Amino acid sequence: MKNYIAIEAKNIVTQFGQSVIHDEVSFKIQRGEIFGLLGGSGSGKTTLLREMIMLQKTSGGQMLVLGTDVMKISSKMAQKLRQKWGVLFQFGALFTSLTILENVMIGMREYTNLPDWIIEESALMKLSMVGLPPKVANMYPSELSGGMKKRAALARALALDPKLLFLDEPTSGLDPQSARTFDELIVTLRDTLGITVVMVTHDKDTMANVLDRFIILGNKKVLFEGNMELLKQTRDDELKKFLS
Amino acid sequence: MKNKPSLHVTQTNDGLSVTLQGNWVKETVKALDLAFNALTCNPKTVYTFDLSGIREFDTHGIMLILHYTKKLEIQNCIVLKVGASESLEKLFTVCEQHYPEKKEKPPKEIFILSFLENVGKDIFEGYRTLSYFFAFTGELTQHVITSLLNPLTIRFKATLYHIEQSGARALPIILLTSFLIGIVIAYQGATQLEKFGANIFIVEMVTISAVRELAPLLTAIVVAGRSASAYTAQIGVMKITDEVDAMSSMGFSPWNFLVLPRLFALMISLPLLVFFGDIVSVFGGMVIATTQLDVSFVEFIDRIKETVALKHLIIGLVKAPIFGCVIATIGCFRGFQIDSSTESVGKYTTISVVNAIFWVIAIDAIISVLLTEMGL
Repeated sequence: MKNYIAIEAKNIVTQFGQSVIHDEVSFKIQRGEIFGLLGGSGSGKTTLLREMIMLQKTSGGQMLVLGTDVMKISSKMAQKLRQKWGVLFQFGALFTSLTILENVMIGMREYTNLPDWIIEESALMKLSMVGLPPKVANMYPSELSGGMKKRAALARALALDPKLLFLDEPTSGLDPQSARTFDELIVTLRDTLGITVVMVTHDKDTMANVLDRFIILGNKKVLFEGNMELLKQTRDDELKKFLS
Repeated sequence: MKNKPSLHVTQTNDGLSVTLQGNWVKETVKALDLAFNALTCNPKTVYTFDLSGIREFDTHGIMLILHYTKKLEIQNCIVLKVGASESLEKLFTVCEQHYPEKKEKPPKEIFILSFLENVGKDIFEGYRTLSYFFAFTGELTQHVITSLLNPLTIRFKATLYHIEQSGARALPIILLTSFLIGIVIAYQGATQLEKFGANIFIVEMVTISAVRELAPLLTAIVVAGRSASAYTAQIGVMKITDEVDAMSSMGFSPWNFLVLPRLFALMISLPLLVFFGDIVSVFGGMVIATTQLDVSFVEFIDRIKETVALKHLIIGLVKAPIFGCVIATIGCFRGFQIDSSTESVGKYTTISVVNAIFWVIAIDAIISVLLTEMGL
């Protein structure tokens, strides 16, 4: 592959009215990387994630996702791009009117010509992959706990075998053991499918065990870019908070 | 083209060798499924799957291989896999671990049974809703009484807010509908009365029907449409986001904070709205009386003083707070019925409006019959 950059942010500026959230934020995410967006609350992590998946517009700068500028994309191209990524929202955002299985199948139903039995079996497989027992398949989201909803939502995000996976606080609200299983799962998926993973996270263990690289946002800028090793050498007090 | 997915079967000494080539991804799986299907199965043969030719793959492609592997294994065939690249091997293992052994089928439905089940469910649901409603009104009455005995516990600010939202803001639409209703009654009456030369009776006709029945009813229906739905949705969404629970846990009674302000607001603002509605609908009648029947404004008003008893106005205004009470109670009750799903917001908001309008009309009919029997 000639292009090894999955996502490139160039001088991103985000403004809500008078308040500036990002002031010329730039970074690159390599293909096959598990990349973290970190920062205190209100530092605009989730906003940045939403800008990558075209849910929010930037006020300035360029956001290149898989080589295309998402700000200048035609609606047809945007639709194609959307099929190449999976998104896990913080609270799952499952469709409440569909069963868990239907939630996972809906993407495959709409966008592939796969026979029904394959769709059903691979949806069940995805559910099992994220650690859900088969009996939840015919349940509705309202019958599941928060953690289970999140897993089901990950299964939905993975349904189309995306190239890019966006996770908004994937391990928040999970018990420590499930959180680690979740982490392992994400690493396995990256190793096997070559997915690029972009996640917003606060979880210290996830930071240490899973993330290849991350950026720390603060004061409207990128305060830090690198990995855990580099962060440990920092003398900046602001950054040391992320280590403790 | 090398990427073209394919499946080749060759006979070897030990059994059958199956060579898999090309891209085994979701776009190609459909074609490969057909190829696999054509693979005839001889029981107790050794199949060797050569995976070295697979270039790109995803979980769907692997699932297809797994599916047919299982199928062959059931028929006592031995399936061997060779030549898988490291990453393919890894994903294959993951997929194999999670391959759904048996599908969880939703239980088959038999029409008559599911029909009976639904009827039973509906009846039980209706019974439960009714008992909830009685419990709700009981508790509401209790809270109304306690808060009237301790007026300082009434949330005046919230009440005023709801008077503004449900009362003041509804004024334009209520004025418009009342005016139009006044015009409609007068216009329809005018043609009939003109035939008899009884033009002046337009006054009684318009005034009594408007102030006693139509203005209160229409106002209540408009308010039911606006506010019953709003109350249900507001309270329901607060329930979904756990705001109601947060309130209770902080010791703020949802009754005092959510229900009573809405109830009082409608009971106060509806009579006021009806009064405005009365004025405007009579004015609408006057406009038609002047233009169509040559009954001037002055004659119209003089005649109202002479022939229309005050009781009609009072009856109309007394009904208003009753309607307000019905609308607010139903709106809040349905709001508390909303559970955790977003779908139920729509469902109960609809039910709430339909119920509120129905009960406004039903109660109006009951009052109408009662008062007539009482000779009022």
